Amino acid sequence: MLSLNGIGKRFGGLTALEGISFNVGKGSITGIIGPNGAGKTTLFNVATGIYPPSTGAVLMEGRDISKLPPEGRARLGLVRTFQNIELFGKMTVLENVMVGLHTRSSSGLFACSFRMPWQMSEERRIRERALELLEFVGISELADVQAGTLSFGKGRLLEIARAMALEPKLLLMDEPAAGLNSSETAELAELIKRIRDLGITVALVEHDMDLVMDICDQLVVLNLGTMLAEGTPREIQDNQAVITAYLGEE
Amino acid sequence: MKSDKLKFLVFALVVFLVPLPLSGGYLTNVLVFVGINSMLALGLNLLLGYAGQISLGQAAFFGLGAYGSGVLTTLYAMNPWVAMILVALCVALFAFAIGFPVLRLKGHYLAMATLGVGVIVNIAFNETVDLTGGPSGLSGIPNLAIGSLTFDSDLKNYYLVWCFALGMILLSLNLVNSRFGRGLRAIHDSEVAARVMGVNARLMKVQVFTLSAFMSAIAGSLYCHVMTFISPASFSFHFSVELLTMIVIGGLGSVYGSILGALLLTLLPEMLRTFQDYDIIVYGLLLITMTIYLPGGLAAGFPALFRRLIPARKATEGSNA
Repeated sequence: MLSLNGIGKRFGGLTALEGISFNVGKGSITGIIGPNGAGKTTLFNVATGIYPPSTGAVLMEGRDISKLPPEGRARLGLVRTFQNIELFGKMTVLENVMVGLHTRSSSGLFACSFRMPWQMSEERRIRERALELLEFVGISELADVQAGTLSFGKGRLLEIARAMALEPKLLLMDEPAAGLNSSETAELAELIKRIRDLGITVALVEHDMDLVMDICDQLVVLNLGTMLAEGTPREIQDNQAVITAYLGEE
Repeated sequence: MKSDKLKFLVFALVVFLVPLPLSGGYLTNVLVFVGINSMLALGLNLLLGYAGQISLGQAAFFGLGAYGSGVLTTLYAMNPWVAMILVALCVALFAFAIGFPVLRLKGHYLAMATLGVGVIVNIAFNETVDLTGGPSGLSGIPNLAIGSLTFDSDLKNYYLVWCFALGMILLSLNLVNSRFGRGLRAIHDSEVAARVMGVNARLMKVQVFTLSAFMSAIAGSLYCHVMTFISPASFSFHFSVELLTMIVIGGLGSVYGSILGALLLTLLPEMLRTFQDYDIIVYGLLLITMTIYLPGGLAAGFPALFRRLIPARKATEGSNA
């Protein structure tokens, strides 16, 4: 689905990433982990198009997307969520998801102001689809609440519903469990598995080890901007280099 | 949806009934200008209240509409209706062209750029004496007419202007509750997130800027035919600020708030005549009080006041029981 080939990223004299290569398999859940400062967020930003890579290439389904801006990648089906939830706070929960359906609809200024018949039916379709997505993440009862008043956990669920509205092929999540309590995290784990079951590939950067070990099919471990290890959660748990990086040498 | 339609119908009914008891007096004349200012305030509110993009140059589009119609119907004897449409389209095109560079700016820079456009256009009105008559103004503009019906009295002009205003209100209500309106509000809340959602923020900002210029130009054409005389002073920077005050007081991001603001700020100067030159102090106090106590404007203030009164009553009922 997504391939990173020899990704390197330098900021001035600082090398943030070097020689990162791995594949995110179609239909899998891939976790990117590593101690603080390992370069996880930088890698995430390179993958989503916030920064271009200094060296190497990002391939999506075999196509080089290294130079594509975030909105272009979104159209190809690479959609992201933010670590610090970016919702439209003054709009309702339902409207937030409806904005997510923007690319799946087309009514412009004229059709909207004159309420053309096709615009009205499109509007109904958008509303129904948005409600389905709210039901999918389990917050449909909050549809008419102002998004800015949601708790952090519910806001995260809304952000996921909104991202799902773009019909992603690959969903990239930046620390989805950050700021969630343990029951919310358990709920999130179930949700991510259900997203995978819909055939959507998921990749996440995460600190919460329990979550990562529970849901991921494949893990990539970063340390100091390089790849330390790659494998299944079980392999990673037994990997001496990883244990040393996390716990330090004896 | 249903209640929105009902609200609009009630509002339209009130608009049509209001002048009946006034029998064409002075107040009817003032209400004609409330209608014109409503269109201008509404245009600015779509831009600022919904999309979050400020413009301090709205008076320029208003003036271009007025002078465009005024010049074409006097010097070139063009049909006023044809002139109105032609001028509005040209002003919209002008706004569309300057919109792309200007709306790349944000916040104070955007305010300064639109202010600059307003000032330059106003200077042009003063300096192109051959066309506009310069500072002494342009007179002899004909009234609008449909067949043998000439809009030459306050009452006729009232219905003429408010037909246009109601049309714009209806279209704006449709617009803000649609895919396009949601896109605008999303840009207002978080432009980054809107972009990631695939909203074409740059184009939509220019589109709504163009729309507000188009509405202002129509209002300007109507204004020149109602007044039959125009001068550059009516389209100065001062008027752009007055429009801004209207929507801040009425309610940013509220269609009916724009109308309420236009009503208040058009009636107020008439009521403040007794204060003479001190009316500016009352304006200032009003603006300060509003921004401190009612930052959402009157349109947001009424429901909030209502909510505050309801639980208070419940509490007293509780204590009685």
